[in-house]
Amino acid sequence: MRITCPICGARDRREFTYMGDAVALERPEKGAAPEAWDDYLHNRDNPAGETRDLWYHESGCAAWIVVTRNTVTHEVYRTELASQVHEAQP
Amino acid sequence: MIDLNPVSPCAGLLPIKIGALRLTEAEAGTITSLSPYKGREDTLSDALKAAHGMAFPAPNRTTGKDGSRAIWFGLRQALLLGPVPDAALAKHAALTDQSDGWSVVRLSGPGAADVLARLVPLDLRDGHFRNGHTARTDLMHMAASLTRISADSWQIMVFRSFAQTLAHDLKTAMQGVAARGGV
Repeated sequence: MRITCPICGARDRREFTYMGDAVALERPEKGAAPEAWDDYLHNRDNPAGETRDLWYHESGCAAWIVVTRNTVTHEVYRTELASQVHEAQP
Repeated sequence: MIDLNPVSPCAGLLPIKIGALRLTEAEAGTITSLSPYKGREDTLSDALKAAHGMAFPAPNRTTGKDGSRAIWFGLRQALLLGPVPDAALAKHAALTDQSDGWSVVRLSGPGAADVLARLVPLDLRDGHFRNGHTARTDLMHMAASLTRISADSWQIMVFRSFAQTLAHDLKTAMQGVAARGGV
């Protein structure tokens, strides 16, 4: 598998480290219900299909990247810098 | 009084010569990491031009020349190799002296790219990885910085503590290429 780093370009998967579901970028508001924190911290979907994950370009530029990919076909739809995804949120 | 003598990272390990391939330790001079403060990338680049005659390098690129070079080194980070950094740079970036932290070696000779192709997961062909290009990548399992100096000359950097492993891995790959290709 190859992942296109927005900074470095297409690179081998071995340069990256999987850092979990991209839901980690969507931190609940202060005072949110316990259920929201439960979902944020513990509950993850395991879809056969499209997923959004965080990957860390560990041996490359050290960027955190949001990778949208398909777990069935292994197709990578798009990659974005996690910093930009996070700042774009309301 | 105790007399302390500095020892370079690859002392006793290099040079290695196999066929026409040569692996030597590079005289990098002072090594300083430059990390621009938020929103100061452009002013740092201007200060770098004024003080050392080179711009802040774009991702996967280098600026400057032998003896005084800036190498892109990751997200919003570059290494200045050679000169002692001008004090004016400190207004725009965090400067950290890393001179003793890195092994800097140079692999040269025909087939040098074939040697590296055994060790790094990058496209090193002439049309893709040109002179002056650089990359952070894995060399075997070591975090490395790879820079193409000229057609048959590459600069490789790994942490100082990996010097012996680096020399061993490169020597093995050099022997393999030399044995197969007759270089």
